[in-house]
Amino acid sequence: MVHEEQTTMAVAREDLLNEVERLKTDGYRLVQIGCTDIGGAYEINYSFDKGYQFRNLRLTVGPDEEVTSISGVYWGAFVYENEVHDLFGIPVTGINIDFKGTFIRTATKYPFSVTRRGGDDPCQNA
Amino acid sequence: MSKRIVVPFGPQHPVLPEPIHLDLVLEDELVVDVVPSIGYIHRGLEQLVLKREFTEYVYVAERICGICSFMHALCYSQGIEHIMNIEVPDRAKYLRTIWSECSRLHSHLLWLGLFADGMGFENLFMRSWQLRESVLDVLEDTTGGRVIQGTCKVGGVRRDIGQEKLDEMHRTLDTFEENCRDLGDVFLNDGSVKYRLQGLSVIPRDDAYALGAAGPTARASGVAMDHRETGYAAYGDLGFKPVVETAGDCYARCAVRVRELYSSIDIIRRAIEGMPEGPIDVKVKGTPDGEYFSRVEQPRGEVVHYLRGNGTKHLARARIRTPTLANIPILVKMLPGIQLADVPVVVLSIDPCISCTER
Repeated sequence: MVHEEQTTMAVAREDLLNEVERLKTDGYRLVQIGCTDIGGAYEINYSFDKGYQFRNLRLTVGPDEEVTSISGVYWGAFVYENEVHDLFGIPVTGINIDFKGTFIRTATKYPFSVTRRGGDDPCQNA
Repeated sequence: MSKRIVVPFGPQHPVLPEPIHLDLVLEDELVVDVVPSIGYIHRGLEQLVLKREFTEYVYVAERICGICSFMHALCYSQGIEHIMNIEVPDRAKYLRTIWSECSRLHSHLLWLGLFADGMGFENLFMRSWQLRESVLDVLEDTTGGRVIQGTCKVGGVRRDIGQEKLDEMHRTLDTFEENCRDLGDVFLNDGSVKYRLQGLSVIPRDDAYALGAAGPTARASGVAMDHRETGYAAYGDLGFKPVVETAGDCYARCAVRVRELYSSIDIIRRAIEGMPEGPIDVKVKGTPDGEYFSRVEQPRGEVVHYLRGNGTKHLARARIRTPTLANIPILVKMLPGIQLADVPVVVLSIDPCISCTER
């Protein structure tokens, strides 16, 4: 049996790419990128794993801030970055395959972003 | 160079009724590039967590997928239990393991049937689904549900399996394994199957790892990664070794799933033999306050439920990363270089579940 460890480290926007490159060099794989609306700002978790050691880089961004894509380091990141853009409205610059808002088709624009939608109902079906 | 044309694959296609769209860029009949599109039926189930109590959300989690439904409920429940420091009784862990492996069995048999159908091997398709029915019968008999079981909950499970039923399941496992091995023998040794699959869409180990592939898709390329190794539920007691192949082609992806049938049968057999006595659940008190990335090995690979509680009865966030979403990048890399006629088989080789992807 392998013991699973989870750690989370806050990262600044300007340090994100360097930290991601360091994890890639250390042999970590990208597990997921996920966003959480924390009311007035967003937390983006970049999750990595190597041998069941789970590492998170946590980036906090304001509603008008852009995020740099990590798809130049992890090619498969485009699915998560397009998702973050389409569900939360966060601009991600430099994605290797940029669907420009058509990756996830929703009736409501940015349905998961309470902040961007001014605090109204987050999802018409919820 | 021939003139390039774009051929659409999906969102409705005979081998894959679920909606995923691929723009295939062809030179003659050779695929040279591909652009995937999803998001046709995104359901926003993650957002429902804001409107359902954390104990009720298990029902929503279970409905993310109609194949690995039990495992979504398990992953969610284990995440909440971790945040709230709930120790689940051993018997519940063993029952969870049995139902998880039944889910894996019927999922792999479903896939083997679809894969055979994609190759044009119709009676192999029928034989696979015939065997799958017997697993669904067991699920219905022990949980009341063939598709949605509704037995997993925060703090344990809702139903027990009596000793008489466990003995009956144990007796039928030998015949079931014999039938699975007969079926697996065709998939692994039939000349036409090997001719169709061997050497097709080879993904080397390093590429599979770098692209973040999950489950049998990664293990077929030699990535020895299976979250059951961490010992959640009863896997820690029962012991577990991942099934790994190294060729990285469609045949290897098929072989991993065939061998995982035998592995699942073995786990169920040992879980029945070692089933501890005792309660099947504990009372849940309080509300979750904290966060956790819960991970479980589904039939298609590692699923992640990120759960964040704020001390109220509603979670602040549930973010679910399903294995098919993780396998889309590797699918994009699998298709260039193959013939158009092989596209359906190669797409099926990652066992795509769009229901999960459009959670």
